[in-house]
Amino acid sequence: MSTQNHRLNIWQRLHIDLPLLFGILALMGFGLFVIYSAGGEDLALMERQLVRMGLSLVIMFIVAQINPEVLRRWAFPIYLAGIVLLLGVHFFGEINKGAQRWLNLGFMEFQPSELIKLAFPITMAWYISKFPLPPKKRYLAGAGVLLLIPTLLIAKQPDLGTSILVAASGIFVLFLSGMSWAIVGTFIGGVLAMLPVLWFFLMHDYQRTRVLTLLDPEKDPLGAGYHIIQSKIAIGSGGMWGKGWLDGTQSQLEFLPERHTDFIFAVIGEEFGLIGSLLLLAIYLYVIGRGLVIASRAQTSFARLLAGSITLTFFVYIFVNIGMVSGLLPVVGVPLPLISYGGTSMLTLMTGFGILMSIHTHRRFIDR
Amino acid sequence: MHDHAAEASLFKRRALFTFACVVILLGILLTNLYHLQILSYTDYETRSNDNRIRVVPVAPSRGLIFDRHGKLLAENQPFFSLELIPEKVKDVPAVLAELSTLIPLSADEQEDFQKSLKYHRRFKPLTLKNRLSESEVALFSVNRHRFPGISVVAGLKRHYPYNGMMTHALGYVGRINDRDRAALQRNDLWKNYAATKDIGKQGIEKFYENLLHGQPGHLEEEVNNRGRTIRTLKSVPPVPGQDIYLTLDLKLQEKAVELLNGRRGSVVAIDPRDGGILAMVSSPTYDPNLFVHGISSKAYNELLNSRSRPLINRATQGQYAPASTVKPHLALLGLEEKTITAKTRVWDPGFWQIPGVERKYRDWKRWGHGWVDVNSALIGSCDTYFYELAYKTGVDKIANFMQPFGFGERTGIDIFEESAGIMPSKDWKRMRYNQPWYIGDTISVGIGQGYWTTTPIQLANAAAIMANKGKRFVPHLLKSIKDSTAKINSPVDEMAPIELKNPKNWEIINNAMRDTAHKKRFKDATYSAAMKTGTAQVISVAADAKYDADTIDEHLRDNALVIAYAPFENPKIVLAVVLENAGWGGANAGPVARALLDEYMLRDSWESIQ
Repeated sequence: MSTQNHRLNIWQRLHIDLPLLFGILALMGFGLFVIYSAGGEDLALMERQLVRMGLSLVIMFIVAQINPEVLRRWAFPIYLAGIVLLLGVHFFGEINKGAQRWLNLGFMEFQPSELIKLAFPITMAWYISKFPLPPKKRYLAGAGVLLLIPTLLIAKQPDLGTSILVAASGIFVLFLSGMSWAIVGTFIGGVLAMLPVLWFFLMHDYQRTRVLTLLDPEKDPLGAGYHIIQSKIAIGSGGMWGKGWLDGTQSQLEFLPERHTDFIFAVIGEEFGLIGSLLLLAIYLYVIGRGLVIASRAQTSFARLLAGSITLTFFVYIFVNIGMVSGLLPVVGVPLPLISYGGTSMLTLMTGFGILMSIHTHRRFIDR
Repeated sequence: MHDHAAEASLFKRRALFTFACVVILLGILLTNLYHLQILSYTDYETRSNDNRIRVVPVAPSRGLIFDRHGKLLAENQPFFSLELIPEKVKDVPAVLAELSTLIPLSADEQEDFQKSLKYHRRFKPLTLKNRLSESEVALFSVNRHRFPGISVVAGLKRHYPYNGMMTHALGYVGRINDRDRAALQRNDLWKNYAATKDIGKQGIEKFYENLLHGQPGHLEEEVNNRGRTIRTLKSVPPVPGQDIYLTLDLKLQEKAVELLNGRRGSVVAIDPRDGGILAMVSSPTYDPNLFVHGISSKAYNELLNSRSRPLINRATQGQYAPASTVKPHLALLGLEEKTITAKTRVWDPGFWQIPGVERKYRDWKRWGHGWVDVNSALIGSCDTYFYELAYKTGVDKIANFMQPFGFGERTGIDIFEESAGIMPSKDWKRMRYNQPWYIGDTISVGIGQGYWTTTPIQLANAAAIMANKGKRFVPHLLKSIKDSTAKINSPVDEMAPIELKNPKNWEIINNAMRDTAHKKRFKDATYSAAMKTGTAQVISVAADAKYDADTIDEHLRDNALVIAYAPFENPKIVLAVVLENAGWGGANAGPVARALLDEYMLRDSWESIQ
């Protein structure tokens, strides 16, 4: 059978997956709605966010045109370039808010960790899918090296949020590849054993404070605990139905910090209540489900692993952000995907969705 | 090499597993949200409201004070101050410099202001200058477009239009200090004063603070995280303090002040029919308005250290030997105890001796009054008659008899500044000095001297009881309280009357007082009156020395006293006048009493006023 026999509709020709696009647009629409309120009805702010959304949709569309085979071939060189750039940041980067994340390229500032976020799962999928699955133990050492280098470089910046996301994307590839449960168990045990090391040797003071604050935010209600307390008050006072759009007192009267960026979920909780939160989680679940369906239908192991990893990383964003804003997890700089105001993460995420669409629409419809 | 089908199915299993994990983790998030938004909703809602709602107390306006005829004695005057909102003024020094061309602002004032600016919230108005004059307000208003962020703000301050005329009765208000706050907290009233700046410090203002103050209102304001007011959610207006009417008669008070003319002394006038105080003067006085705006320490020290003691309320705190003004009461005692009768006659050679003792107690008249009975003894104020009377009666009987007339006890007037005076007795002397009582002490008490001291209000009150033939009231200043609609008379505090064994004795004494008045001082009066004068020694004069007012230090000269009432048949006003170191009572205090009774009795519209 050949592809010519198969009728392609207009969306497939454009390499767009309509169900996924629908979910993405729903989230973006929801986001705009909330940012209008959280940003104090600032139209200029809305305009910038709209431009970013448009731009990232275009990027997604362009990426969707690229055959996954191309990505597979270029994955490792891009990864290496990313590592070099991370080292560049380490030695020449700009310090911003106490963290060294930015590389000044002269014409623009650039966060190499965002590039790694994309390149790393591709590399991992490329590396693992070279071997028959489930992977043999001896290949895992290489995977471990691939994973540790960027994770540690980013954690050192320090950018705990991104390093968690990067590590997670690699681990997802390994897990989905069918790594034996024994290894999974060993790994989890290892991570738990590493926690004290992490606490005493690797974490910065401010990170330790964040963890302690999570356990008892009332200890320092005007200092470290302020974010979490105000955020929980916002969410809790929203109740079942919320205070109504533009009527959230915590956000409108500026008690809530970072309300249109990392803490935007608190605005949703306050203004739309449990019902609004439930609606948002439902859309997210739908997008994740669609991503996993795309992954399952992919025809190569590389595509499956990559699609699965991208989708699950998307979930990590959601879980870490909402967990942090509602007081379950320490404060880590992870935005609420496709809702929070800000461009970098949106571009990265939409590139990922572009890859998902590419994977889904470049199938060759052949029976193996 | 690759088993595609196996790899695909392995992936599907793993993908399904991870999806299940995703659902479980989202479930954990939702459980947490349910906990926050449903189970703890009330708690978080309260905390959210605590964040955003600020309750701002609003001070009630203080009740006004009127005299008995509705003349305003204490009012609330608008005063204007300049306020600046820091965030609306870019260059404060430049603006202040420009402003000072219109309204005088000294370099010190400007510097002080800029200092306090540092510790002030940017959006909260800060007072730039207090007590603007009307012309300054006008000048600023015309030019206000030049000064964005600066505005004139009106407030209310207590003002006493008659200045020092009745300071000691009215008292004054002043800034609430730590002691006031502690007292309010003790009485659980502090919450009512959240927005109040001033409180009654003395006199009526202090005694009736609870009536005058009122209930505060409040505004519920929505604020943002920096405390800026966004809007007012709710407004509960304050309940103003109650207006009160005093028993004081402004014209009589005015006349008394004029008659004292700054001399040290006191006048108390009481309406014997209900105990209402018609006039209460303590002289010299001071301007209570000084205290309202915060008196300078220099001015305060001057008042405090002045030899004439203006801060003391002589009417209620000044303790004077009553001298001959209590002879009517002593005579009444003699009649009641049958120590004397109306006809008892005594020979006065100009002195009196305790039987068997050499020492002579001199009469004020060196050559003596000759034969005197009770009537002529009162008219002539014969000391010898009363030496003998006191000697025969004994001090404890005197003290017991005088107590219901209010001697030696606070009258209970409705101001806090009051002294009890001293009604001496054997027990008293033992307690006070740990000394036995000597006969000579009794002799001095017999002419209202020695240990016996009274306040002018006590004298007036005792005179009123005499004029009333035993009917007694607690002297008071509050006449009525204005409710939202009507004036409600405050209840008159009548005490059990003094019952004599022989009520005719009242007449004998009062008749003698009438005769005293009409013999000389009220000879030409068109109304009937009664009086008794007194001259109190401030120093004791040796038995044979001659008292010469001209050669003696002013502060050691005799105090002049008088009690008087009118009309005789149906008394409407009773007076006590004390002039410190003025000399003879009859000659110095007498004219004051006459002029005051004239003022009160001879008013054209006397009936219409009543």
